[in-house]
Amino acid sequence: MTINKTINGFKHHPYIPNSAPQIQQQMLEEIGLSSLEELHEQIPDSLKLKENLNLPKALTSEFELKKHVTGLLSKNRHCEENLNFLGAGCWQHHVPAICDEINSRGEFLTAYGGEMYNDFGRFQSLFEYQSLVGELVDMDVVNVPTMDWSQAAATAIRMASRISGRKQVLVPELMEEDKFLVIKNYCSPDITLVRVGYESETGRFDLADLKSKLSEKTAAVYFENPSFLGFIESQGQAISDLAHAAGAQSVVGVDPSSLGVLIPPARYGADIVCGELQPLGMHMNYGGGQAGFMATRDQEKYVMEFPSRLFGIVPTNTAGEYGFDDVAYDRTSFGHHREHGKEYVGTQSALWGITAGVYLATMGPEGMKELGQTILQKSQYAIHLIDKIPGVKGSLFNTCGFKEFVVDFNKTGMTVDSINKALVEHNIFGGKDLSMDFPQFGQSALYCITEIHSKQDIDCLAEILETIVATPKR
Amino acid sequence: MERINRDSKVRKNFHQAKWDEPIIFQLSTPGERGIQVPLAEQEIQDIVGNGFDSLPLKMKRDIPPALPEISQHRVLRHYMRLSQQTLGADVNIEIGQGTCTVKYSPKINDQLAKLPGITALHPLQPEQSVQGMLEIFHRTDGFLREISGLDRFTFQPGGGSQGIFTMASIVHKYFESRNQKIQRNQKIQRNEIITTIYSHPSDSAAPAVKGYKIIHIGPDKDGYPDFEAFKTAVNERTAGFFVANPEDTGVYNPRIREFTQLVHDHGGLCGYDQANANGLLGVTRAKEAGFDMCFFNLHKTFSTPHGCGGPACGATGVTKALEKYMPGPFINKADDGFGFDDQNSPESIGKVRSFYGVAPVVLKAYAWIMSMGAQGLYEVAKIAVLNNNYMFKKLMELECVDAPYIKGRQRVEQVRYTIEKLTRDTGITSGDIQLRMMDFGMHYWTSHHPYHIAEPMTLEPTETPSKADIDEYIATLKHVFKEAYENPDIIKTAPHQSVCHKVDSSPSDDPDQWAITWRSYLKKTAVKVN
Repeated sequence: MTINKTINGFKHHPYIPNSAPQIQQQMLEEIGLSSLEELHEQIPDSLKLKENLNLPKALTSEFELKKHVTGLLSKNRHCEENLNFLGAGCWQHHVPAICDEINSRGEFLTAYGGEMYNDFGRFQSLFEYQSLVGELVDMDVVNVPTMDWSQAAATAIRMASRISGRKQVLVPELMEEDKFLVIKNYCSPDITLVRVGYESETGRFDLADLKSKLSEKTAAVYFENPSFLGFIESQGQAISDLAHAAGAQSVVGVDPSSLGVLIPPARYGADIVCGELQPLGMHMNYGGGQAGFMATRDQEKYVMEFPSRLFGIVPTNTAGEYGFDDVAYDRTSFGHHREHGKEYVGTQSALWGITAGVYLATMGPEGMKELGQTILQKSQYAIHLIDKIPGVKGSLFNTCGFKEFVVDFNKTGMTVDSINKALVEHNIFGGKDLSMDFPQFGQSALYCITEIHSKQDIDCLAEILETIVATPKR
Repeated sequence: MERINRDSKVRKNFHQAKWDEPIIFQLSTPGERGIQVPLAEQEIQDIVGNGFDSLPLKMKRDIPPALPEISQHRVLRHYMRLSQQTLGADVNIEIGQGTCTVKYSPKINDQLAKLPGITALHPLQPEQSVQGMLEIFHRTDGFLREISGLDRFTFQPGGGSQGIFTMASIVHKYFESRNQKIQRNQKIQRNEIITTIYSHPSDSAAPAVKGYKIIHIGPDKDGYPDFEAFKTAVNERTAGFFVANPEDTGVYNPRIREFTQLVHDHGGLCGYDQANANGLLGVTRAKEAGFDMCFFNLHKTFSTPHGCGGPACGATGVTKALEKYMPGPFINKADDGFGFDDQNSPESIGKVRSFYGVAPVVLKAYAWIMSMGAQGLYEVAKIAVLNNNYMFKKLMELECVDAPYIKGRQRVEQVRYTIEKLTRDTGITSGDIQLRMMDFGMHYWTSHHPYHIAEPMTLEPTETPSKADIDEYIATLKHVFKEAYENPDIIKTAPHQSVCHKVDSSPSDDPDQWAITWRSYLKKTAVKVN
């Protein structure tokens, strides 16, 4: 064995107790070795590195580390010091302090895959999360969270395909491009996606186009409420009825922050509901607060198709005591069947599920209703003000929306890009530029208003937008 | 006063917190509120009305969801109590979740990830407003390139399994772009992925989602993937080879380069499951072993907390030749700062997750690497292996413990043991031991299913426990093994000191009884109450 003296370790590291040389020596002696270099005996010399990796020198003190990282973060301009009107799959809501308090608890934060008897609190809080979301969507089965809405939608579609035994899925032409790409990759090569056209005035499904595309090949129809562009798909029941008549499943994606005021999809025929948990107590985290959920009726044919873990409540051998357990564990790839399980399961977004549970328990029925109502009012007010700006249309679609709306700048002669650059100079992040993903709408942008926006914020946006479009920079 | 004798290393008086909390719905009192929402100002209401009336009639939810009504303090108390009933790594000696690499997650990194400079960033903000965040992503990509020898990483995969799925998607796209499309029920080319039975189940399950047939290679007598069987399995149908090394047994396959070479000789791609990379940092890399792709679990190897099972990151890397298949967008450094590619490569698999991945996890991993440097990473690998082999030696001294394969040789950072002899002698199974270890505040894990080693026990100390911690874990195991011979009933009736007693699992596989939500439970038990 070659003993390489050019590689060195880091002694007395505070995270590595046995990096203290004295204790190290004692342990080495116990196993009959004289140096750390004699470890890794199975790795051939030809595969061993001959010198230390080329990485920056360690910041050895916690103080230096903190200074370095806060220095990097200080280069960011965040949404608490700027006015943000971006949504498009990640939304700025108020995060109740209690949500951060609970998901920062070391016991939750650092737990992982322990058994129910060790991790009782993890099992109970995730069962409660399932139950709370169950009330929100009015369904009896909800999973332990998956990665995000996109993954939840992709899995819901695969579930629908297995249930129907069919391989074609109809999706809206007006949906988020990134979500479409996630679903497309997850469903290929065996499931194909077909786009359904829309009514230009409202954005809703063109039912004639939907009918013409439904066939005996259709596994599912997927649509969203509110849609990616904010409008409400009010034909939910008609779409579900058409899907069912063709023998297909109705799969509906929802933003749960709307469900205090909008009826849940189960009441207009949805068979599988999915959506994004981030609005329920997660910070935006640069897109890292996402977690997806799925829900179905309590029927074996649905439950047995979930790839996710499903925590159920069970009795124990002691009267009056609750216990929890994995429901139908063997359907998962963790069970005995590996690749014969349903898709795959692994580390996903459990802590955000617990947090969403805390959020819903804190908000209660009134809180969710008021949240929905204030978002409706404030977004309608923003449309009302923006619509008054010469050359700007506050809402491209003429139907009621929720939280987001498409602002049409085409008649200003300016690009959204230039408008947004001008807004940044006023410490405002304007809405998402749609000109790349939806070229048919020209220079339009997707604006987002939530409960955090005050009248003053909205007035400020409208005032500055008016100034910008009145003095175009070409 | 006499001195109190507290010399035992075994926590015989342990009891987990037990609050006997109701289910949250049982805490509801009509009229209680947990928080107030910022309502629309009167001026707004005067202009737009109540907002609700403009909704299409059939879309209005007139009756709010039946969520519980609870004051804030009571909600807090409920969840604080549930947290106390959860055995996170912050409160125990975390050795018993072998393969999961549960190490110390430094608190400073958690605190940094809670600053508004990251929590209050929107992923679509202008690039110039997120330069610090982009730099962290870019630099972490650079670190992982150096650690693996590969050429580009994506942080989109939200866990190791999604990392495997990403690798499978890249394999699929690679062959699709070579016009070797998979068409089920037809004569098929490149439709097989080879893995080993001691790699994670997701190495089989995730590629199957992409339509691959999975070929499993078993171990030879020494526990290495059987090279003769492998040679028979690799052929022109082989799309890829996905494997962990060391596998979950802790055995490192020294001939790995011959395995990857054989796959390449037949035109396939090799993906390295680096969930077990902790013992290899700075020692050996994916590149030299001949892999085209790999993934690292930032929530394992790179210390970020596991969060009860995510949010996490399975950062996935590829060689230069496969970059064009990666999910976009990439972050690049230019003269005027950091920015994204304008669009995905036309051959990209598209995306596997919204936006760019779990940014706080990337930040924490970045901070951890910065606190280690190259010498720290090397120390991590060496001490993780030292700790494991120290524990291995001590446990193999026990008559009732064995570890199949390569006798007398080192393991990397974990070992899958067998306590089959103890089961034969006493009737106590590894599953029974698991329940009894809980009575001393310890995790203990058997193995993934199905068991290939009888009565398995998988332990992984990582670099973060001290010798005293490891000795305590060993002493506790010895105590329980002794009980198995002397007082097996106490094991068979365990756990005794946990939050709850043995559950009746029979409803869990019975559609008429299983209850996945509280509302479902109330419906299914309603008759019995009456």
